[in-house]
Amino acid sequence: MIRNLATELSTRDAVAATTLVLLLVAAPFVVGDYLLSVILIILYFAYVGQAWNLMMGIAGQLSLGHALYVGLGAYTAAALFVHFDVPPAIGLFAAMAVAALAGAVIGFLAFRFGISGVYFALLTIAFAEFTRILFSHFDWVGATSGFFLPVENRTSSDLVNLRGTSVMFYYVILTLAAGALVFVRLLAGTRLGYYWRAIREDQIAAQALGINVFRYKMLAVVISAAMTAVGGVFLAFYYNNLFPTDVFGIHRSIEIIVAPIIGGLGTYFGPVVGAFLIGILGEGLTNATEAAGIQTAGIKQLVYGVILLLIIKLVPGGLWPLIARRLGFSIKERRK
Amino acid sequence: MTPTIVATVLIGGILTGCVYALMALGLSVIFGVIRVVNFAHGEMMAVAMYAAVFLFAAFGLDPLHALPLVAAGLFAFGYALQRRLVEPFVRRPEHEQFILLLAVGVILTNGALILFGPEARGIMTDYAFDSYAVGDIIIDKTKTIAAIAAIIAAAGLLGFFRFARTGKAIRACADNLIGAEVIGLDVKRLYTLTFAVGTACVGVAGTLLAMIIEVTPALGPELTLLAFVIVIVGGLGSMPGAIFGGVLIGVSEALAGLLIVPSMKSMLSFALLIVILVLRPEGLLGRRPS
Amino acid sequence: MTKSSDNRTISSAISRRRFNAALAASGALLAAPATLRRARAAAPLKIGCLAPLTGFFAREGQNCKRGFDVAGPMLADMGMAVEIMMADTESNPDKARTAAEKLIGEGAQLLIGTFVSGETAAVAQVAEQRGIPHVINIAAAPQITEQGYKFVFRNFATGPMLVINGLGLIKSLFAATGTTPKTAVFMHVNDTFGTAMSKGIGALFPKMDMPFEIVETIAYDPKAKDLSVEVTKAKATGADILMPVSHGADAIMLIREMVKQRWEPMGVMTPGSPGTYEAQFYKALGKYSEYVIANVPWIDPKTAMSQEFAKRFGDMFSGEMLELNAGFSFEAVLIAADAHKRAGSADPNALADALRATNIEEHVMIGGPLAFNDKGQNVNIASAALQNLERRPTVVLPAESAEAAPVFPMPGWGDAKRG
Repeated sequence: MIRNLATELSTRDAVAATTLVLLLVAAPFVVGDYLLSVILIILYFAYVGQAWNLMMGIAGQLSLGHALYVGLGAYTAAALFVHFDVPPAIGLFAAMAVAALAGAVIGFLAFRFGISGVYFALLTIAFAEFTRILFSHFDWVGATSGFFLPVENRTSSDLVNLRGTSVMFYYVILTLAAGALVFVRLLAGTRLGYYWRAIREDQIAAQALGINVFRYKMLAVVISAAMTAVGGVFLAFYYNNLFPTDVFGIHRSIEIIVAPIIGGLGTYFGPVVGAFLIGILGEGLTNATEAAGIQTAGIKQLVYGVILLLIIKLVPGGLWPLIARRLGFSIKERRK
Repeated sequence: MTPTIVATVLIGGILTGCVYALMALGLSVIFGVIRVVNFAHGEMMAVAMYAAVFLFAAFGLDPLHALPLVAAGLFAFGYALQRRLVEPFVRRPEHEQFILLLAVGVILTNGALILFGPEARGIMTDYAFDSYAVGDIIIDKTKTIAAIAAIIAAAGLLGFFRFARTGKAIRACADNLIGAEVIGLDVKRLYTLTFAVGTACVGVAGTLLAMIIEVTPALGPELTLLAFVIVIVGGLGSMPGAIFGGVLIGVSEALAGLLIVPSMKSMLSFALLIVILVLRPEGLLGRRPS
Repeated sequence: MTKSSDNRTISSAISRRRFNAALAASGALLAAPATLRRARAAAPLKIGCLAPLTGFFAREGQNCKRGFDVAGPMLADMGMAVEIMMADTESNPDKARTAAEKLIGEGAQLLIGTFVSGETAAVAQVAEQRGIPHVINIAAAPQITEQGYKFVFRNFATGPMLVINGLGLIKSLFAATGTTPKTAVFMHVNDTFGTAMSKGIGALFPKMDMPFEIVETIAYDPKAKDLSVEVTKAKATGADILMPVSHGADAIMLIREMVKQRWEPMGVMTPGSPGTYEAQFYKALGKYSEYVIANVPWIDPKTAMSQEFAKRFGDMFSGEMLELNAGFSFEAVLIAADAHKRAGSADPNALADALRATNIEEHVMIGGPLAFNDKGQNVNIASAALQNLERRPTVVLPAESAEAAPVFPMPGWGDAKRG
């Protein structure tokens, strides 16, 4: 498989990817804390965007409720840590299991009863909102008053307990984002990946070819949910406090999907490119409005909306395919 | 819990449900015909509410008199939006439609914040605090007015689709797009009209809603979600379904508030949504998609 | 040019002119204590102020910003030069965290913010990691000062403090008016603040020897579009008073629904929550806003500094209502500037040491001297009973700060006294 990956990459791709990775690895030594915190959030969205991309971009199942898995992962690992002293390095697996189970329930209901497209998307929203209100009444994890993790101002890094400096968190999320990219790309190259794409392009034809559509769609949801939950664990220990609305809210689900769509759905670099674009746009507009001396609250978001609108109107397939074609990178996977 | 309380709550639920229904109707019309899910639905409703608030504040126009004005304004807005923006997206994948309308929503929300500020704005008519008392049962006056207006508007809309030539042509597009093109219907124009009619419907609903609750810039996304629940429960694309769904959600939330913890009442709506999606994805009154 | 420096030049220019006029006209400042007349310090302290100016909490965030805007020039005239660097958290904790990093990167020597507990916790961690002092202007979640931070200072009441002060005032209201109700219904919004208050009531009510009992507690959804069922339920209890804990527009819905359902309890009094003293409440309810009581920390109408603050606020933002978010935001800047002056430098450790030793006798909000305990919490914050009289929040208790006598029981909805 590794060889597979290597041969699929052209030299140009390899050089570009290596450069990017080196730049990101070197970032903490070069950029200041502010930029580092911005890149950290960008990488978080690149990671969860990749997890979503696996389900939507590759297997074609539109989820608008991925905040559910982020939240379940975050709360599971945090609760185990706070109530039972289980370090997140172990709690991580419980978090993935809980999210995978939730994904399995949703997937089972949806695929057994033939819910697809918009209806599936709305089902995922319904589950996420249901869980948000449930957690708003769940006193064991603080309900709406919030769930706080003990904060120790460590200067040393403790990976097992995920306690440490921003730089440690930065490398954790960088590893996750890079790992997710490689993982999704490898997975897409397997038989499973081909089945997923077959289902995405034409479910009925896939079924006719003897592919167990139900089984592979379930797998897509479960893997994506478990991956997303890891992002949730990261978030919980990075922020050290969780509020149901901040974690499960629909605005969170929306944030997750914007980057991969803008970047190029179904491409491996799309979620990364999209996350960087959205992150840079957000911070750039803040700085630009400041520099222009604009004090009116809301202008920045208004301009952001306009730019988002223009991108989706003018570059429907996402930016990465366009960039890749211009610069001569190979794009193995692209939708339609 | 006395029968009086139950009756008061039930009637309140039905009246709120009628307004909910009208609010969902616009979403349903657009999806039923164009198959575009309007994720900026709530934000458009907030625009209509701001329009009604503005007309009241600036000219003292009662929301009921402002109704045709706001509806016409939103008709024009919907027409332009479909023409300029949504039209090329009709045949694009759902997630791209989603991002497009999400962007429209962001623009509307922040536009409202810039123009009207973050404070809650409402309409205080001289009957805003009135209620009727039938025995010990209390019936909200503004809600009653809004509900009646909602029913009239919904009936008008149903009549348009049943009897008017354009309405029938639009239904033909919804039923069989290729057939409609074959017999020479101008599908593009009909789609634009549908979107405009759906948006005008949002305008009516928003104006009526402004009589009952205050509008803030952040209200939009919450209304979108509520409208979705109603429309799915009733049947996405079905007009009678939207009305039925609205009343059902209105009543079930009211009863849930009475019988269980009020802060959990919308959880019940989402549970209902899940059950209906699983057992009857076409909604209670919808037709199974072919 | 950055927003912050731009901000400062414009606002200080305007207000210096106004201030001189004010000085000539009233001479109020001459009566002010010595701190007001000290000489200008050398380099201004750079303060990064964070508030949710957009998104869900935009209204409250913009209130906070007004407090910061007044603070800059006013403190400069008091001889404590500060430079306010403003940042929008967009009602989003991710953004709050990066905004805090950005402010520090741009040279902020101290952070103030943010109003939302989740965002505040995110900013507190950045401050702690970077060793930059953080003064919390508003955020009620008790946990924030229980996490062992060394650089975090809160000049706002926690949920339990609000409850203790609020219930205490309710008790003295009954004593002052000679009317004591027997039963109450407690109604709260189920958000972070509402739950903190609800837990506070649950724990403290039995210990405070209150003359009435709570017959029912009703929690409602922060996103509720309709409170008719909730009010029907509350009315059915037949309680003498309603104690609501609301967030904003829900308070309007609540009162309107009470009028419609013709429920006239002896009084409506919050044990400590926003919603009933904001401009939007008066605009939306008119005469029905009258006589509602909020027991909250408030601007002391009787100190020279608060009068000066109120005056400048009115000059700068005519038409806007002065309320506690602006007051606490001002005080946070005051605390920072005072610490800077005593520390004699902007070194973070010196600033933090000075903050720990804070003891400001005269300030803006009602309560004892501004000072922090070893957890960084100001425990001297008091509340005032604020009654809506003639469409304005009027201090009716404690007696030493009162502007008018309390009215209880409140006149019925149709009473001519409401005007």
